[in-house]
Amino acid sequence: MRRTVVSLTAVATGLVLAGCGTTNITVAPSSASAFASSSPTLSGTVNVFAAASLQEAFTTLGQQFEAAHPGTKVVFNFGPSSGLAIQITQGAPADVFASASTKNMDQVVKAAAATSPKNFASNVMQIAVPASNPANLTALSDLAKHGVKIALCQSAVPCGVTAAEVFKKAKLTVTPVTQEVDVKAVLAKVTLGEVDAGVVYASDVRTAAGKVKGILIPAGVNASTLYPIATLTRPQNKAGGQAFTDYVLSAGGAAILAADGFARP
Amino acid sequence: MKPIARPTARQGPAAPTRQRTRADTVRDAIPWTLGVPALVGALFLLVPLVGLLIRAPWRDLPSILADSQVLDALRLSLVCASAATAASVVFGVPLAWVLARSTVRGITLLRALVTLPLVLPPVVGGVALLLAFGRQGILGRLLDESTGITLPFTTAGVIVAETFVAMPFLIITVEGAFRASDRDYEEAAATLGASRLSVFRTVTIPLIAPSLLAGAVLCWARALGEFGATITFAGNFPGRTQTMPLAVYVALESNPDAAVALSLVLLVVSIAVLAGLRDRWLSTGTAP
Repeated sequence: MRRTVVSLTAVATGLVLAGCGTTNITVAPSSASAFASSSPTLSGTVNVFAAASLQEAFTTLGQQFEAAHPGTKVVFNFGPSSGLAIQITQGAPADVFASASTKNMDQVVKAAAATSPKNFASNVMQIAVPASNPANLTALSDLAKHGVKIALCQSAVPCGVTAAEVFKKAKLTVTPVTQEVDVKAVLAKVTLGEVDAGVVYASDVRTAAGKVKGILIPAGVNASTLYPIATLTRPQNKAGGQAFTDYVLSAGGAAILAADGFARP
Repeated sequence: MKPIARPTARQGPAAPTRQRTRADTVRDAIPWTLGVPALVGALFLLVPLVGLLIRAPWRDLPSILADSQVLDALRLSLVCASAATAASVVFGVPLAWVLARSTVRGITLLRALVTLPLVLPPVVGGVALLLAFGRQGILGRLLDESTGITLPFTTAGVIVAETFVAMPFLIITVEGAFRASDRDYEEAAATLGASRLSVFRTVTIPLIAPSLLAGAVLCWARALGEFGATITFAGNFPGRTQTMPLAVYVALESNPDAAVALSLVLLVVSIAVLAGLRDRWLSTGTAP
C-alpha cells in the first residue's frame, strides 16, 4: 500500500516536473503523456547495474518506471563501478550499466559488452562530517592535519580516483584510516561517527542530509566525474533495458537526478 | 603419574587373511543410489579448487607475490589469526569448562548466547562490534574518553573482530570434550591431594588435548578467512588492517589475476594446515 502511494506520488511529481521543464530542456510538455501511452507494452525484469552513488536517484527512477510500465520490474545491483565492470565482463546477467566514471564504462565497451554509452550526469566531491563534527573541521586542508581520521574509497573505485585528483590539485597528502569498497560504505562510517570525515560525492551529502554535514570543496581544486549509461550487448530484456536507459536520459530522469544533487553532464 | 593404559578402538580384531571372493566384491561395491550423489557432492567441492589451479597466472606468480602489499597482507593475516586463536584459548577454554561443569542456573542460556556468533552473519557481527567498541559505542566511548584508545581501524581491531567470530568454534569443540572426558582421573588426583587448579592443569587439560588442538585449528582457520566483520569493524588499510581476504576483494576490483594469485596462496596455506594435522583432525578427539 505504502509503496503504491509513494510510486503514485513520484509519478505525479515526475509528470509535473516534466511538464514545467526549464527552457534548456528540449522536451515539449506533452511528451510526458506521449511517453506513457505510445511506448510498446514492456514486461519482465530489467536488471540494472549502477554505481553506488546512484542508489537513491535510481531507486526512485525504478519505481516511476514500474508505475509507468505495469508488468515490469526493475532490479538493481548497486556497487562500486569498477567491481560492477568486472562482473559484467565476466558474464553477469545485466541489461543496463550506469557507471560513475567513463573509465569503467570504457572497460566494458572494450570487452564488447556494451555499445554507445551516453553521459547523463556528473558529480563533484564534497567532504562529509558526522552531524556533530567532532573534529571541528572547516576546510579541505584540515583533512591533512595529524590525528584526523578520514575514510576514502579504494583507489580503483571512481570516488577514490576523483578524491585523489582533488588532493593532487590541492597539493595535500592525506592518509586515510580505511579505504572502503564504495562511496556508501564511506558514508556509513561517517554517519556512525567512527571517522572524523569522508570524501564523498555532493549527491551523497544531499541524500544523507541530517545524518551528515557537508563541507564544500573550492571549485578551483574540486574534481568531477562523468556518469555514462549504456544498454548491454547481451541483455536478457533488450526492450526493457533500452526503455529504462531512455528514461534515465529523458527530462523526467534528469529532474530526479538534479533533485538528488547531481549536476548536468 | 601416567594414566592406566586401555585398549583403544584402533586395535581392532586381526584382519582376515583369506582371499577376497566375488561375494566380497559385490558386498563392498558402492550402490549407485549412493555413489552418484556422492560423486556429485565431491565434484561440487573439488571443481572450484581445480578451477583455481587451472586459471592461476603461473607465469606472473613470482612477480605478483613479491609485491610488498601482498606480503603485508599475508603477514598480517597470519599474525592476527594466531593472536585471535591465542585470545580464544585464553578466554575460551575457561568459558568452555564453566559451560560443561557448572550447575549454576541459566548456564544453558549462556551457552546459547556465546555460540551465537557461529550463526550470525559476519557483517552483522562487525556492525555489533562497532556499536559496542566503536568510537561512539557503549564501551568504546568509555575507552576513548579514558585512554584515548580506539579499536576500529587498528590491527588490534582486526584481532578483536576475528576473535569474536572464531572463539565460539573453540568453545563448542572444547566444551564437548570436557563433557565427554572421564572424571575418574580428576577425582583420583583430588583424593591424592592435588588442588583444583593443579587437577585442571595436569589432568583435565592433557586429557582433552586432542580436542583442544582440533578446536584451535578450527578457530585459526575461521579467523584467517574472516572478511565481513574485519572490513566493517577494522576497515581496510594496507599494512595495518588489510588481511588476505580483504586484499583478494580489493584486487578483484582492479586486477583479477592478482586476486587469483592471492587466492592460491590462501588455498596452499589451508592445505598445509589440514595436511599437517590430518591425523588429529580426523580422529574423534575424545580421551584415549
